[in-house]
Amino acid sequence: MLELEHVYKSFEGRTVLSDVSLTIPKGATHALIGSSGSGKTTLLRLTLGLIPFDKGYVKINEQALSTFTPTEWADRIGYVPQEGGLFPHISGKQNVSLVPGLRNWPAARINNRVEELRALVGLDAAILARFPHEMSGGQKQRVAIMRAAMMDPPVMLLDEPMAALDPLIRSTLQEELKAIFQRLGKTVLLVTHDLGEAVFLAERITLLHQGRIIQTGTYRELYLTPADPFVSSFINAQRSLPDVSAVA
Amino acid sequence: MRKLLLFLLLCSNAMAADKAIVVGSKIFTEGYVLGEVAAQTIEASSPSVPVIRKLGMGSTGILFQSLSSGAIDVYADYTGTLTEAIIKNPNLKSQREIQAALGKLNLVMSEPLGFNNTYALAVRESFARQNNVRTISDLARLKTPVRAAFSYEFMDRADGWPGLAAAYHFALPPKSVNRMEHSLTYQAIDQNAVDVIDVYSTDAKIRKFDLRVLDDDLAYFPVYQAVWVARKEFVQKYPAQWDVLQKLAGTIDVNTMLDMNAAADIDKKSYAEIAAHFRGAQAQVSDTFTSRIAHRTVEHLWLVAISLLFSIVIGVPLGIAAVRYHTAGQAILLLSAMIQTVPSLALLCFLIPLFGVGTKPALVALCLYSLLPVVLNTFTGIRSIDPRHLENARAFGLNGRQILFRVTLPLASPMLLAGVKTATIVSIGTATLAALVGAGGYGAPIVSGLSLNDVPTILTGAIPAALMAWLAHGLFEVLGKILIPAGLRVRT
Repeated sequence: MLELEHVYKSFEGRTVLSDVSLTIPKGATHALIGSSGSGKTTLLRLTLGLIPFDKGYVKINEQALSTFTPTEWADRIGYVPQEGGLFPHISGKQNVSLVPGLRNWPAARINNRVEELRALVGLDAAILARFPHEMSGGQKQRVAIMRAAMMDPPVMLLDEPMAALDPLIRSTLQEELKAIFQRLGKTVLLVTHDLGEAVFLAERITLLHQGRIIQTGTYRELYLTPADPFVSSFINAQRSLPDVSAVA
Repeated sequence: MRKLLLFLLLCSNAMAADKAIVVGSKIFTEGYVLGEVAAQTIEASSPSVPVIRKLGMGSTGILFQSLSSGAIDVYADYTGTLTEAIIKNPNLKSQREIQAALGKLNLVMSEPLGFNNTYALAVRESFARQNNVRTISDLARLKTPVRAAFSYEFMDRADGWPGLAAAYHFALPPKSVNRMEHSLTYQAIDQNAVDVIDVYSTDAKIRKFDLRVLDDDLAYFPVYQAVWVARKEFVQKYPAQWDVLQKLAGTIDVNTMLDMNAAADIDKKSYAEIAAHFRGAQAQVSDTFTSRIAHRTVEHLWLVAISLLFSIVIGVPLGIAAVRYHTAGQAILLLSAMIQTVPSLALLCFLIPLFGVGTKPALVALCLYSLLPVVLNTFTGIRSIDPRHLENARAFGLNGRQILFRVTLPLASPMLLAGVKTATIVSIGTATLAALVGAGGYGAPIVSGLSLNDVPTILTGAIPAALMAWLAHGLFEVLGKILIPAGLRVRT
């Protein structure tokens, strides 16, 4: 379970996040959505423990971030950066094994875990041996998910998981990602600006605007009972293809 | 940084034990020969006292500084040079006056060794016989006008041609006096294009081209008597050794010196061999051409490797610090760039009072010069890393040390290695200047060859140095394959 309780954050006197509260139950997939400048990147960074915040709590399974060392926190929250964020100088396998190696896992244990996750994300062993620049976008994304899941963290955090992929691969991978999340059974927070992706992958959605949560709920709730006119305009702004009969 | 410099100092100091006698020399053949003569003479008289040879250090200025700072104990110079360059009073003529003036500088001068290395006029031996010319007066009296080729310096100095012509009532039509680069005048006289040239009286080329040096019968030219110059402390501490050097006074006449210079420059004999022959002893070292090059290679490699090691040990942390602390970083980069702008000769001059002569100042100078590429490339290499990689590493729970060694340095390694490569190749070139402070290496033949305009000698230093640079280039190709992480290498 991931909880944010009344979190405030300001940079140089400017309020970036104001009274943000959010609860993601164990095993649920939740999407944090907002346009750029909404504060979603700041929320992501402070949840990861990368930057301090002014007030409030971030908790995993009812234990607050402030009671852990950075390393202990990192092992509780598996992070998948934008475009996978694999280190370019080492192979996929080395990327995946980096953190457990630093935690002194024996090689056999690392290998078992790698094999387990490789089967789970459905990746060829040969591809894992490649360097990041030799992988496709989808392959990088899968390796990055393996890396995030290695320490078996209760929470996974994904930053714009599909942003850099072309539309065809995107829709295939979305389906697979959904399946992977189900198999992993983790509490997942994904940060995105794409409502379609959020609706497809997450059970519940939080809309962030100008540092405040406007509404949290299912897509149906956001659509049918918007808490604010902004919710409706945000939903309507997501352009879908026009009806063929309407095009000249 | 200071501790490291101190360590560097101690390292190379190990070679120069306190009780050794250090013999220096100027940077041309005659200086080397006389330095070797002094060294062997002291060694033969007192085998228990080690003698260190710091030969071919540079010009009078560097030797005077080294003598004052105690970096060397004794070397050979000329009375005319001493009055001009050190006492700065060319009017002092007598032996006593010069000795008294040097005494005030805590220096002691020996009696003249015997020869006078001054300007002279030389003609072809055959020309001298045909026209029965022995003295400059004889030449001035000749009915048929002679053709002359004089160096620029000789033509322009007041005590050169203008004064000489006046003193001897030499009336040559201006058309028959050619102004030429000094080294080319020998070719000119050899090919009978001219009849008389100016020379230094002990120049080996007098032998090579079979020239006759004309007597300066009116004693027109200034006197450059060769003498030993020593520190007063040395004379007090080692009276017996100074005594054996004093005993060489009057034993080296012009012809002896000419023979020795010719043996070195024309017959390419080693200085050790020449000095031993002069002393009637067998040369102790078998100093062949290849062994000389091998020896210089070791010296050169040592200079480059040690200085590089220190510039990496100092430069990489400085580069990392420059990224981390903005203001200090700019100061570090500016400082290392400023060091780069100090001319190497000036830097060596600054370092002599601090570190003496020999390997020490050369290592410090080389280390300082290779600092900029190492610091700058470390800095640029780290700065060019995508900052998201560093933040991701933090998000994965890597601590500062793990980020540095697992992410930062590997990602910066191509740039860093390029910096070290630049530093190495620059070092191999710059290390040739180390010869100016007596550190040896490939610079030794280059510097002495330059002063003699002796291209083959220059090449015996320049070619191995170029080869070493080329090998270094290849070595870094290999190192790149080993040190740069494979994931960064494949992209070309």
